[in-house]
Amino acid sequence: MSAGLGDGERSVRLTEAEIAAKLGEMALALTPDEARVEADRCYYCYDAPCVEACPTGIDIPGFIRKIGTGNVRGAAVTILESNIFGGSCARVCPTEVLCEEVCVREKQQGRPVTIGSLQRFATDFLMERGEHPFARAPLTGKRVAVVGAGPSGLACAHRLATLGHQVTVFEARPKPGGLNEYGIAAYKVVDDFARREVEFILSIGGIAIEYGSPLGPDLTLDSLRADYDAVFLGLGLSDPNALGIAGEDLPHVRDALGFIETLRQLPTEAQAAAIGHVLVIGGGNTAIDAATQVRMLGAETVTILYRRGPEQMGATKVEQDWAQTHGVTIRHWLAPVAIEQGAVALARTRLADGRLIVTEEVLRLPADLVLKAVGQSFADGPLSTSRELPAFARGRIAIDGDYRTSLPGVFAGGDCVGRGPDLTVQAVADGRDAAHAIDRFLSD
Amino acid sequence: MADLSVNFAGIRSPNPFWLASAPPTDKEYNVVRALRAGWGGVVWKTLGEDPPIVNVSSRYGAISYGGSRVMGFNNIELITDRPLAVNLAEIKSVKRAFPDRAIVVSLMVPCEEAAWKAILPLVEETGADGIELNFGCPHGMSERGMGSAVGQVPDYVEMVTRWCKQHTRMPVIVKLTPNVTDILQPARAAHRGGADAVSLINTIMSIVSVDLDLMAPTPVVGSMGTHGGYCGPAVKPIALRMVGEIARQGDMAGLPISGIGGISTWRDAAEFIAMGSGTVQICTAAMHHGFRIIDDLTEGLSNWMDGKGYARLRDFQGKAVPNFVHWEDLDINFKTLAQIDQDLCIQCGLCHIACEDTAHQAIAALRVDGGRRYEVIDEECVGCNLCSHVCPVDNCITMHPAETGLPFATWKEHPNNPLRIATDPLSTKALA
Ligand SMILES: Cc1cc2nc3c(=O)[nH]c(=O)nc-3n(C[C@H](O)[C@H](O)[C@H](O)COP(=O)(O)OP(=O)(O)OC[C@H]3O[C@@H](n4cnc5c(N)ncnc54)[C@H](O)[C@@H]3O)c2cc1C
Ligand SMILES: Cc1cc2nc3c(=O)[nH]c(=O)nc-3n(C[C@H](O)[C@H](O)[C@H](O)COP(=O)(O)O)c2cc1C
Ligand code: SF4
Ligand code: SF4
Ligand code: SF4
Repeated sequence: MSAGLGDGERSVRLTEAEIAAKLGEMALALTPDEARVEADRCYYCYDAPCVEACPTGIDIPGFIRKIGTGNVRGAAVTILESNIFGGSCARVCPTEVLCEEVCVREKQQGRPVTIGSLQRFATDFLMERGEHPFARAPLTGKRVAVVGAGPSGLACAHRLATLGHQVTVFEARPKPGGLNEYGIAAYKVVDDFARREVEFILSIGGIAIEYGSPLGPDLTLDSLRADYDAVFLGLGLSDPNALGIAGEDLPHVRDALGFIETLRQLPTEAQAAAIGHVLVIGGGNTAIDAATQVRMLGAETVTILYRRGPEQMGATKVEQDWAQTHGVTIRHWLAPVAIEQGAVALARTRLADGRLIVTEEVLRLPADLVLKAVGQSFADGPLSTSRELPAFARGRIAIDGDYRTSLPGVFAGGDCVGRGPDLTVQAVADGRDAAHAIDRFLSD
Repeated sequence: MADLSVNFAGIRSPNPFWLASAPPTDKEYNVVRALRAGWGGVVWKTLGEDPPIVNVSSRYGAISYGGSRVMGFNNIELITDRPLAVNLAEIKSVKRAFPDRAIVVSLMVPCEEAAWKAILPLVEETGADGIELNFGCPHGMSERGMGSAVGQVPDYVEMVTRWCKQHTRMPVIVKLTPNVTDILQPARAAHRGGADAVSLINTIMSIVSVDLDLMAPTPVVGSMGTHGGYCGPAVKPIALRMVGEIARQGDMAGLPISGIGGISTWRDAAEFIAMGSGTVQICTAAMHHGFRIIDDLTEGLSNWMDGKGYARLRDFQGKAVPNFVHWEDLDINFKTLAQIDQDLCIQCGLCHIACEDTAHQAIAALRVDGGRRYEVIDEECVGCNLCSHVCPVDNCITMHPAETGLPFATWKEHPNNPLRIATDPLSTKALA
């Protein structure tokens, strides 16, 4: 964990390595001894509740038992068979609301088997051996275009490659990984893990990535449909939501996701901005991550402002605790009404018959930096250059139970469809299952 | 506060807990620490003739299970590797310092009367309270015609016991090897030879594991291993059965038994005493945790006895023996059923899969409002107890006698038994 949040350090420019040390790592890897002891806590449940709670349905009792018997490679393969991003999911999944929440040990002792840490132990073991455990089926000669090299796109690409198809991934940015590379908090994925994991995934072969190739301007969905046997859209959400209040375009107001991206890609620049009093507006894990990191980087005070109570926050209790124990203040029942130079005006809110009422009572909090973390929306711009558009539902791409959009041969998954919660593990499940749907489509 | 003192074949000790003859009792230093900690007595590590034997390096193997270390323990050590005179002097000094404790000396010399005749007076001279004849060691000594090589031949057991009874006034305890098909034969031989008591079990011949890199049994001495003697918690069930077997024989009634094998807690000890033991001996548990376990052994036993209203050990000693019967004497009409306490159940499904795959398909896996629920199907349950053993929650699955309306009856009268003995027609009818 990070140490030394002293104010005096904020004017000091740090190197990237110093910043990384300051942010630390949220959870440390288990030692083999710890892994064995923890693995022995698993009851090897039948019809295990944890498996049902994992969006990718990893055979959790199965892999934990393998750790217990010393078959760690086998454990990793069991995980990766269901979830090729098992390494990052082990680090970023909010397990407290997924597998670990329903672990029978939680019910029995209030202390679940730490499934995430065991998953990391196993996947790290395999990845450190530099081995790719899967082989491709005989080549089918089919070519599939995947748009977006985030978790959904790459999970889809990997499974398609395994099934023998040839995949080209079109990615707008210069690096793969999607939010794993640009959005997830630095302390969750240290040591360039996101990049190493993508390398591991690509080592199956049969996947080419075209960077700097955004769908939209030159590359249209129409042309992809014409050139490929099928298309998968894993575009994520790229429109940061606006607050819709006065002063939003003042220079000290930034989008939290953009700030985290700077932090992940240009840490020294982010550190320079992390000064004085910082207000973070929002209640999800983006708010938590932005606030905690900016505080760790040296900001004097960091306050999360949320317009409802702790129970309504999108961030889990564990995430809220994490922020609070790292020097972040969370204030509830406050909605921003205007951003001013050096301050934010906030109105007190309350619930009346379940409806949120913004009262007339206004207070001002000083702010040298304001980070907006009120969610992202799906941007349909990239699709609009195409003649034929897929149908939309609830502001995202509409799909049926088999990941098919309204356009034949076009499939979609991950945050841009919002089938489940906006989580890495859900995006991976979507990508994997869409690959099988595509495979069925191609063999029809 | 229950009275834990014992008089075992004329040997007195303040409590029934003795350290078995093994490394913990190999020297004055260890023994003094043990007696200071509160052990009732010790059986000194087996003495032999000079020159002393030589031990190999790497001596122990062990089984860990489910994260617990030393569930089973295996050794390839021999008897004491120190000169006889050194041991005798130390025994004398210990006995003088701890006159109220039981100091028993384990012996193993060649199967010749002269050898025994020579060593007995030396031991007697130390003031020791008794001797234990080591007829058990299953490795190293047996190849030299001692230890279990003697213990496996009832005639030798009887003969050596008789020599000892002739040549010493000290009580003679005969320590039996479990490496026989019928424990009663050496027990009866000892009895015939005039033994004052028997003690059992010594270790069981074993290989605890194979080192898959070195391709040799463990513990590996250089590049090779050998079989050793197995002990520790894993052997308790085997020891308990052998103790009970001897205790229930009418012809050996009254023969004191010192129970040994896998005793780690006061509860284990209480079970051996209920099965007829007068004292218990412990080795592995002390080697695992040190002598300090004596605290809980004595206090736990005493608290349990207070709770049960047993003032002295003899109030419950042997109490389980009459209920240890042959299978054919069991009530074949008795029926017990599993019951799940749904408030305690954590829905792990282990009871279901165990019964479904390997027993009687008597636990239904249901979904009620999306939640898991496991329920016993009384009509299918045969009361085998499997589910209650696999359930990870204490007291979640309990077994409850079911009303069958049938009288007590045994296999001996059962109609399915071709060799059944004639009985009153009523109960046979009830069974049919
Ligand atoms: C700040 C933040 C923190 C988060 N923390 C967690 C966490 O701790 N745990 C967790 O489980 N989830 C977390 N999430 C959510 C998680 O990151 C997402 O659910 C997941 O990344 C979704 O994967 P995806 O593949 O659908 O989309 P993305 O990861 O967004 O990937 C989409 C990819 O498509 C590319 N793309 C977009 N438009 C185009 C285009 N027109 N042409 C070509 N390429 C394009 C993008 O560049 C990107 O590479 C977090 C999200 C945010 C914003
Ligand atoms: C390392 C070791 C050495 C032993 N040496 C002897 C011995 O010299 N004489 C003997 O009678 N029994 C010897 N035993 C057997 C023990 O006295 C005892 O019978 C056996 O270990 C079972 O008891 P436990 O399960 O409490 O260990 C030895 C056991 C061990 C583990
Ligand atoms: S619910 Fe918990 S104990 Fe049961 S299999 Fe899953 S991790 Fe293991
Ligand atoms: S006692 Fe045996 S038969 Fe009955 S429910 Fe349990 S496992 Fe099944
Ligand atoms: S084994 Fe016990 S805890 Fe598990 S489902 Fe059965 S009754 Fe419930």
